[in-house]
Amino acid sequence: MLNEKVVCAGFGGQGVMSMGKLLTYAGMIEDKQVSWLPSYGPEMRGGTANCAVMVSDTLIGSPIIEKDATTVIAMNLPSLIKFEEELVPGGKLFINSSLIERKAQRDDIEVYYVPANEIAVSLGTGKAANMVMLGAYLEVTKTVKSETVIEAFKKVFGPTKAHLVPLNENALLKGAEAVK
Amino acid sequence: MAKVLMKGNEAVGAAAIKAGCKYFFGYPITPQNEVPEYMSKELPKIGGSFVQAESEVAAINMVYGAAGAGVRVMTSSSSPGIALKQEGISYIAGAELPCVIVNMMRGGPGLGSIQSSQSDYFQATRGGGNGDYRTLVYAPANVQELVDYTMKAFDMADYYRNPVLVLGDGMIGQMMEPIEFKETEKMDLPEKDWATTGTKGARKPNIVNSLRLQAPELEALNQKIEAKYMEMEEKEVIYESYKLEDAEIVFVAYGTVSRITKNAIDLLEQEGIKAGLIRPITLWPFPNKAFAEIPATAKALMSVEMSQGGQMIDDVKIANEGRLPIGFYGRSGGMVPAPQAIVEAAKELLGGVK
Repeated sequence: MLNEKVVCAGFGGQGVMSMGKLLTYAGMIEDKQVSWLPSYGPEMRGGTANCAVMVSDTLIGSPIIEKDATTVIAMNLPSLIKFEEELVPGGKLFINSSLIERKAQRDDIEVYYVPANEIAVSLGTGKAANMVMLGAYLEVTKTVKSETVIEAFKKVFGPTKAHLVPLNENALLKGAEAVK
Repeated sequence: MAKVLMKGNEAVGAAAIKAGCKYFFGYPITPQNEVPEYMSKELPKIGGSFVQAESEVAAINMVYGAAGAGVRVMTSSSSPGIALKQEGISYIAGAELPCVIVNMMRGGPGLGSIQSSQSDYFQATRGGGNGDYRTLVYAPANVQELVDYTMKAFDMADYYRNPVLVLGDGMIGQMMEPIEFKETEKMDLPEKDWATTGTKGARKPNIVNSLRLQAPELEALNQKIEAKYMEMEEKEVIYESYKLEDAEIVFVAYGTVSRITKNAIDLLEQEGIKAGLIRPITLWPFPNKAFAEIPATAKALMSVEMSQGGQMIDDVKIANEGRLPIGFYGRSGGMVPAPQAIVEAAKELLGGVK
């Protein structure tokens, strides 16, 4: 039974909020129970950002993640340091190895190292690093289909960003390949 | 209609506009800034008006004026901002005008924090303004309910000619969940023949005022208003009862905390402890009648709130009528109770009463 509790974390501008939003939206399209909760505390002004996403087959109670994350996607080092401990044993940790040199500290979790920025740059823009990570995450967990994420992308960003659809499709694909 | 994913604060704005709200007066404060932001963007498109007032006091008095002219009007704020609006809310109740007020609660007292809290229960249900008045208070627990009750609030405000409060918190305002704008049945509402829309020389002027210098006149008004509150207590109570059957312990929680409490109930079930929940959806009128459903198996009640020491617990005590021991668990200042902590508190309470 699906009960994903995902922390997406990074610094402002890495698209962690959008990554979470697209996963949430895709879950909604696939008729799952979803919620998206951003951090909006004073820490946002310091530069780090994170959101908690739930995608579940059953009704979502608390939208907060507290030591019960099934997945953490860490786009930068402060996020890795802060959220690794939030994972349940057996949880999945996705580390953006382009920006994070450190390895995971725990040995009771599954760890995936994805050079998200390098892959994104090879596709033409480092800005797509978030979608590379999302692609890797979806390949491992199969929470939603990557086609549904693209459908969500079209709905969230509308016709003005339609020209970015192929780039984002590619980023999801390359991210998936990185963890195959 | 298809589902859309929306932030609670934006959903409030969309629901208000769907309900026919054309005027919004507000002043910025975290964590509800997306409400005025949304209204400032959307109201001009439908021929409405958005005004960012110079203060919360000014905003609520603009609401007073617009409500007097008979239009659907809303304001929103967060805890200390709502505190500043109390005088105006009392005037609006005294002048018998309809309006909707949204409070996305943050930690207090004083300027406090910008994080989620439920420490304005007293302010919402007892009111910080003067005089014998009440406001109908809806406490939604998810973004869909936030939409549904915001829309209902406009009808209720018009029907009773009284301010209606939608009480959320920072979390429900900031989070995104799928919502649907359901087509609801149009309520049969009386004409607003009291509104100050200009006589055009054809009728006596309408006067909007809350000043009644003659004591018998004011008492008569208070009696009329009190009759409305009695009608609300009879007709408008809404609550959810959850897993009450065979429950050993019955939690009472509203809004965001009720969701977390449901997680705690599941955890307790895994440990073989049966727990249930009474979730008030209207905080005023409080669902006293829900407490009649509590089964004989119940050994204790526990009020769970984002408040230090508890505020709703006073109403739980009234509704309980001295029957069962009442425990409390709460966090404050923007701290949110964890399901496991509620479980531990419940076990400790049950251990003490066994």
